[in-house]
Amino acid sequence: MTIAADRAPKTDKPVTRKRTITDRARGERSLGWRLAGPAFVVMLFVTLYPILYAIYLSLFNYRLTDPSGRKFVFLQNYGVALTDSLFWQCFVTTFIIVIVTLAVELVLGMAIALVMNRIVMPRRTLRTVVLIPYSIITVVSAFSWLYAARVDTGFFNHWLHFLTFGGFNLDYNWFGGRWSSLTIICLSEIWKTTPFMSLLLLAGLAQIDSSMEEAAQVDGATWWQRFYKVVIPNMKAALMVAVLFRTLDAIRIYDNPYVMTAGANKTLTLSMLVANETINRVEIGMGSALAVILFVIVLIVAFIFVRGFKVDLTTTGGRN
Amino acid sequence: MDSTMSTKSKWWLSGASIPIMVWTLVPIVWIFATSLKSDAALGDQSKNTFGNFWPKSPTWANYKLIFNGGAKDLFLPALWHSIVICLSATIISVVLATFCAYAISRLDFPGKKLILTTALAVSFFPVIAMVTPLFNLWRQIGLFDTIPGLIIPYLALTLPLSIWILSAFFQQIPWEMEQAAQVDGATSWQAFRKVVAPLAAPGVFTTAIIAFFTAWNDFVFSLNLTSSNARTVPAALAFFTGASQFTQPTGAICAAAVVVTIPVVILVLLFQRRIVSGLTSGAVKG
Repeated sequence: MTIAADRAPKTDKPVTRKRTITDRARGERSLGWRLAGPAFVVMLFVTLYPILYAIYLSLFNYRLTDPSGRKFVFLQNYGVALTDSLFWQCFVTTFIIVIVTLAVELVLGMAIALVMNRIVMPRRTLRTVVLIPYSIITVVSAFSWLYAARVDTGFFNHWLHFLTFGGFNLDYNWFGGRWSSLTIICLSEIWKTTPFMSLLLLAGLAQIDSSMEEAAQVDGATWWQRFYKVVIPNMKAALMVAVLFRTLDAIRIYDNPYVMTAGANKTLTLSMLVANETINRVEIGMGSALAVILFVIVLIVAFIFVRGFKVDLTTTGGRN
Repeated sequence: MDSTMSTKSKWWLSGASIPIMVWTLVPIVWIFATSLKSDAALGDQSKNTFGNFWPKSPTWANYKLIFNGGAKDLFLPALWHSIVICLSATIISVVLATFCAYAISRLDFPGKKLILTTALAVSFFPVIAMVTPLFNLWRQIGLFDTIPGLIIPYLALTLPLSIWILSAFFQQIPWEMEQAAQVDGATSWQAFRKVVAPLAAPGVFTTAIIAFFTAWNDFVFSLNLTSSNARTVPAALAFFTGASQFTQPTGAICAAAVVVTIPVVILVLLFQRRIVSGLTSGAVKG
């Protein structure tokens, strides 16, 4: 078993490949596109036109209520957005949510995945129960956390009051300030999306050949050494996909803070700002520009992650 | 693996599952408790027990509302649409993504990076900015408020994620088996079908679960691209009204959430069996 060695970069490969394009290589190329083509076409069919149209609209000063007043302003919308203090406030709020939820979910998701991977009893029950929050529709989960935290309808304050032997104020208003609101938003986000993380990490964990871990154990490696030197390197691809998609999804957080605070107390996120411009203020041009900015931010973060993890999914593994 | 584990660590793992289950289940039970509360009990602490958690006099009125009452015509078709649309989208998307990811991680052909990058880019364009042009396009070509009209955007929603998850998964499969098959004279396609597919099953089912929930959760597409013939549950919930026009339908929404979760749990149970059986078969050892 040399999984790790298989993925080592083979620098001489492209040269030898180019020199002789055999029938087999040509067959492989056409099979490659025949297999990958349909997915590629379907993705572009739905998204290409809306994306290009949004980029086009972002160059105009355009209100839906005043179509005749549409005026080409080139990059002016971008300039206005990037110099607006509200934009940067939303930027900070969004990234606080992203960093806090990602850090907690990574640790929690990994812990849950490790337990699920090895547990004997209750194996199936745990694996099913853990996934339930992911199946609850985001709006519903947001409402239930909102009602749980509110002074009049909730149980949080009552339970905290009980657990601290009356030390916690029963009338504490979680939605009265920025940080306490963000705490509840992050908690419900973590509850809702940790299953995504643990499911992907479990799939990665289960692919690790247990004989490697056993060998390390025989050699006297501690639990932490085995985890850090054997487990993590062998599930790097799964780890990257889990972290990447969770982060990029978190950057676009919308439903959850919308239901909880509707942006009060400086809890407005970037996606909510986009929606406010396009739907409430019908500033289509500005809204599109903000959408494109959000999109670029997401792409930059994605680029950093893919580079940072040093995982190249396009290398064909297992070949010489 | 199981046989080598000491009894002590088995107990330790079972113990560790308790806090995980409590953390997961308390909000679920809370949703259920809320669905059993009458409108009066929602805001009145004296009508609830256990720290304002559980209603003293539980009522099924909210369930009656969604199955027989005012929300009946809204909820039941929506549930049906959700199941049909999300299952179709999941199956199509996972099949397409499996082919695509196999090609990316196993075959040498130009344009692999382009596919992965495009997948990432399209999946992260804000949905909210995509929906208006799509709405206009759908009206023109007659896909508005039809079931395929929602399956197609859900494919775009789930394909990128599926392609990435499966590519990562396929990369870690020990490919010696496939090579062995090819040495024995199998073509690339035969090696894929006979050797790789069984090895890949756990990854494929993991992806299917994630793709299904991604589609299941969608609110924006459903709200904007359907009116009645294809509206799914998340959008239908937005049209729920309470007993009177001025009360919030909190209890009814929670009741709907509970009902909607049941088929999903059954689905997870079915899929999850495949994950477990796939993961524990040690076909590649030695």
